Amino acid sequence: MLSVEDVRSGYGRIEALHGVSINIAAGEIVTLLGANGAGKTTLIRAICGVQPISAGRIRFENRQLEDLPAHARVALGIAQVPEGRQVFAPLSVEDNLKLGAWTRRDANLVAELASIYELFPMLAANRHISAGMLSGGQQQMLAIGRALMAKPRLLLLDEPSMGLAPILVEQILDVVRGLKQAGLTVLLVEQNARAALAIADRGYVVETGRIATSGSAAQLLADDRVQAAYLGV
Amino acid sequence: MPEFLQFAFSGLTVGAVYALVALGFTPIYNASDVINFAQGEFVMLGGMTTVFLGLAGVPLPLAACLAVVVTVAVGLALHRFAIEPARGASAVALIMITIGASIFLRGAAQVVFDKRFHSLPPWIGGDAIRVGGATILPQSLVVLGGAVVIVVLLWAFIERTLIGKAMVATAANELAARLVGIDTRRIVGLSFAISAAIGAVAGILISPITLTSYDVGTLLALKGFAAAMLGGIGSAVGAVVGGLLLGLLEAFAAGYVSSQYKDAVAFLVILIVLLAIPRGLFGRASVERV
Ligand SMILES: Nc1ncnc2c1ncn2[C@@H]1O[C@H](COP(=O)(O)OP(=O)(O)OP(=O)(O)O)[C@@H](O)[C@H]1O
Ligand SMILES: [Mg+2]
Repeated sequence: MLSVEDVRSGYGRIEALHGVSINIAAGEIVTLLGANGAGKTTLIRAICGVQPISAGRIRFENRQLEDLPAHARVALGIAQVPEGRQVFAPLSVEDNLKLGAWTRRDANLVAELASIYELFPMLAANRHISAGMLSGGQQQMLAIGRALMAKPRLLLLDEPSMGLAPILVEQILDVVRGLKQAGLTVLLVEQNARAALAIADRGYVVETGRIATSGSAAQLLADDRVQAAYLGV
Repeated sequence: MPEFLQFAFSGLTVGAVYALVALGFTPIYNASDVINFAQGEFVMLGGMTTVFLGLAGVPLPLAACLAVVVTVAVGLALHRFAIEPARGASAVALIMITIGASIFLRGAAQVVFDKRFHSLPPWIGGDAIRVGGATILPQSLVVLGGAVVIVVLLWAFIERTLIGKAMVATAANELAARLVGIDTRRIVGLSFAISAAIGAVAGILISPITLTSYDVGTLLALKGFAAAMLGGIGSAVGAVVGGLLLGLLEAFAAGYVSSQYKDAVAFLVILIVLLAIPRGLFGRASVERV
């Protein structure tokens, strides 16, 4: 469904990705593991088109993405839940969700809004409150709900559990598992490698801008180096 | 007492002019944090284009509509050819660009139009209205009414349309706006079009009172900016309140102190607001919770 080939990208003259290749098949949950500063966020941003790339190819369902602006990629079916949530603070919860469906703004959104509120009841209770007033966990749910409003086929999640209480982390990973059952393809970046590998089909390990290892979730869980570096074994 | 009332009326008349000019700053500022110092030139273009189309024989109402269209086209060109290529530059750099654009537009207007003062007939004529021994012209009420209508339209646009919300979203978080599929470049372009339209309408409505010429934009933008700062830049209601307050302050300063100090009032207001209430009276409070 998504193939990233030899992508290079950086900030100014400092290169952060030195030729990264990954593949995601339809219906999979794929996870990116890696230390702080490895380049996971940069890769996700490059896939969405908010980070320029200096070399390489990105293909989504037989469409080349390199020359498409970010907003056109959303219309093709790629949505991102960015690192640090990035909700529209001055707007209400409901307006945030409606803007999530910006690329489909002619559609009737009543049913979609209802399904998001069913998934995250605390959003329904706060629908008229400014998103900036929500707690961190609520903002994270709003960010996920907003991305789902675009009806994506590929969902990119960048550290959705960052800074959340363990019970919320559990809840969010459950939601991700449920999305896969509903047919969504997911690329998940997660600090908590054990939790990520528990729900992922496959994973890639990113180290200083390169893919160091990849394999099925079971293979990575059993890998000595992954255990030492990311699982704290 | 009639003297006081007369100062108040002339203050409200001038204040309504400042309010209209100040309103023009809000859309661009809200969408991109840029204070557009070419806003005064939009006002000048609205008035001068109407005048010259009128002189060429176009009926004035039609001339006014065409003037809005011309000014919007100039606003879009400013965004496309001056602001957009500098994408990613700091807000200060973008403000410098608008100052350059303002100088350029003034120079172009001097060539395309002329260097003389022009006037427009009042859009609503009739005798001055007498209240308690003081008088106010119907055209002053037209200017005031125009400001109120624009505030209501802006409010409806922001609160009631998804495009308006996309504009708020773009200002609040550009990255997130792009990630939900908003073409933020077009949204900022739209804000330039709206600001230009408001500027043009302002120029059309105030020219019967203030007269117009190729260089009226400079002082009007300064006064409008002071009014917007006083009210809280970015707030439409603040722009109107700030404009009226500034007009009243000027009128009373001119009446009771000396008319020589009239223009200094605006500078004083800018200074005091910057030092004492940098957000202005109605400035947006931050709703961010970190
Ligand atoms: N805005 C930026 N400007 C300059 N350098 C940056 C910027 N963002 C990231 N970098 C650098 O690029 C490299 C990759 O960063 P990136 O954010 O992609 O890592 P990450 O794997 O997402 O890390 P984390 O786990 O901390 O989120 C790092 O060396 C980082 O210092
Ligand atoms: Mg990151």
